Amino acid sequence: MSTLTDSPEGTFRLSMLLNDRRYRSYTFQGIALVLLIAVVVYLANNVMTNLRDLGLNISYEFLGSPAGYDINQTLIDYSSQSTNLRAAFVGIINTLLVAVLACITATFFGVIAGVLRLSNNWLVRKLMAVYVEIFRNIPVLIWIIIIFTILTAVLPGSRAYLGETPDKDMLLGYFAFTNRGVYAPAPIWNAGSGVVVAVFVASIVGIFAYRRYARNLLYATGKLLPTGWPTLAILIVPVVLTFFIMGQPIGLDAPDPLANRFNLKGGIQIGAPLIALWLALSIYTGAFIAENVRAGIQAVSKGQTEAAAALGLRSGRIMNLVVLPQALRVIIPPLISNYLNITKNTSLAIAVGYADITATLGGITLNQTGRAIECVMLLMLFYLVISLGISMLMNVYNNAMKLKER
Amino acid sequence: MKKTVFLGALTVAGLAAGVAAAGTLDDVKARGKLNCGVTTGLVGFAAPDANGEWKGFDVAVCRAVAAATLGDPAAVEFVPTTGKTRFTALASGEIDMLARNTTWTFSRDVDLKFTFTGVNYYDGQGFMAPKALGVSSAKELDGATVCIQTGTTTELNLADFFRANNISYQPVPIETNAEAQQQYLAGACDVFTTDASGLAATRATFEAPGDHILLPEIVSKEPLGPLVRHGDDEWADVVRWTLNALITAEELGVTSANIGEMSAAAGGNPEINRLLGTEGNLGEMLGLSADWATKAIMASGNYGEVFEQNIGESTPIGLSRGLNAQWTNGGLLYSPPFR
Repeated sequence: MSTLTDSPEGTFRLSMLLNDRRYRSYTFQGIALVLLIAVVVYLANNVMTNLRDLGLNISYEFLGSPAGYDINQTLIDYSSQSTNLRAAFVGIINTLLVAVLACITATFFGVIAGVLRLSNNWLVRKLMAVYVEIFRNIPVLIWIIIIFTILTAVLPGSRAYLGETPDKDMLLGYFAFTNRGVYAPAPIWNAGSGVVVAVFVASIVGIFAYRRYARNLLYATGKLLPTGWPTLAILIVPVVLTFFIMGQPIGLDAPDPLANRFNLKGGIQIGAPLIALWLALSIYTGAFIAENVRAGIQAVSKGQTEAAAALGLRSGRIMNLVVLPQALRVIIPPLISNYLNITKNTSLAIAVGYADITATLGGITLNQTGRAIECVMLLMLFYLVISLGISMLMNVYNNAMKLKER
Repeated sequence: MKKTVFLGALTVAGLAAGVAAAGTLDDVKARGKLNCGVTTGLVGFAAPDANGEWKGFDVAVCRAVAAATLGDPAAVEFVPTTGKTRFTALASGEIDMLARNTTWTFSRDVDLKFTFTGVNYYDGQGFMAPKALGVSSAKELDGATVCIQTGTTTELNLADFFRANNISYQPVPIETNAEAQQQYLAGACDVFTTDASGLAATRATFEAPGDHILLPEIVSKEPLGPLVRHGDDEWADVVRWTLNALITAEELGVTSANIGEMSAAAGGNPEINRLLGTEGNLGEMLGLSADWATKAIMASGNYGEVFEQNIGESTPIGLSRGLNAQWTNGGLLYSPPFR
């Protein structure tokens, strides 16, 4: 006990900073930190000095001045008279949109391809191996351009759909597939549509409640209730009933082929750049995720599968109930970095003319204002914040999924 | 992100490298080579030919400056720049001058701290559309999809034009001319807009140039010219007066054919004598040799010859002189006198 209460300060000598293993690492870390700060200060100082010599300064005032240019995909109100800051926000939203979409579909592709890579069917297994090897070994920029080129070359021009007697009819009268994008009808919310939406939300809550009830019943009594068709019924029937009771309050705004001689107008337009970028990022990153999934599944001991089979579970259930939940622990950490890659790779959007943050703030705004350092710093800050945010969310999920040790 | 960090690092490195040097003219002489920023490839203005040699209207300006300062029109290092990188390249000192069909605007001159040394081409933004579209005026473009080359004044002019005429459009921003051309030909956009000279140059490279028309509207003023960094007036003078020498040579009838004879001895016209250095000491005042302008003109001929060789009516680009004729022929080219 007495040795523990001896205060270390009493015997501390300066030479211990180098000689004593307890302090040596702190010494080196301290030196490294000082050097790092010195380098950063030197670079920052150098930039400031050189800018001053050139008569320039660091200023963010340009963010408040009108941008002066138009953007093709704006999910918030924007015109050429809006500020550069608003143009940046338009870009941020576009970046996040394609990142979220691509994360979802990449996971979908990745899980399917990863599971199928372990299939017992030779053909399926080899096909998936080909998919993984081809897509992850060609740079994503090339994929973006290839897919975009194919889209513009294969799909008809928008003029094919235009006029009184178009060359091509719209699918179901509502959907048009042109080389500038896909046109779909937009919903029109009339009076009473709120009720329909409320019923829809209530149905979803109802589905969860029913599934929970079915599971509890199964655990308590061993009685297995069907979940497939009741889910569909709960989802569809009340909404359809309300829709007609309320007098069809939700209309459809179909793309209009007669609005002008260049493009369809109205409805929702999903631009070809967005589709190309989304698809390319999904299948490219999906190939990486497939390998993670395969690794995760193979990390689960074969005994688990065999034990589950011995209990009489069918192979689909073995995968869903036994293997995948355990595999997730191995899959999630590399999945985080794949999500981060998707988000950062969205900055390649300019290759196909998609207006993401790199194209608006880091492209046109940078050019028009000439404020390169300011714009690049803002861009770095944005990507850093987004990446750290994704990382944090995924770590929370990872903690929730990891093996609980008591 | 990787790309962003890389750009950031480049900017920092560029600024670190560009520690203000004494005088660009001395630097160029010491280096024995002129670093000249040009486009990444716009046929007629600046593009490598089949032998990999840079040719074009802007390239000729670089060569003339190299000939005037170093006596050798081949002593040029051509640095291809995009609309995005050109100003950083010039501000950081990576290039000595920029001859990249760059529009002279107030904010570039004043806010970005550059000095425009004159205008070598008076241009304006125009539109190109397929003939099959049946459009005869840009005002009929309501609802059209428009391909734009980003990083130019083009986007702002376009937004202004459509707003002033109260018509809508869908912009498709494209990074380089080559990609824009591909998208336009694939029908991903209805019209392509950039400077009218650039449109003519682009159209000349199409398989069937006759299928495309240039719309009559010119929606902006685009005086294109070479530029240098603020604060080095001696160097700005060298570039400015080299360009003026080419223009004056055409006005005075000095061509690459007769310059050998004219510069051999003082002739009857005192202004030609001063220009070619057989009289007076204009070269010395610039810090150059007496025959600087002779060498500049010999590099690829006077302004008119350069124009005809690269973008004139006899070339595939087929631009007429128009605004770019000498003031004596009703154009805007008017060089201050050499005295």
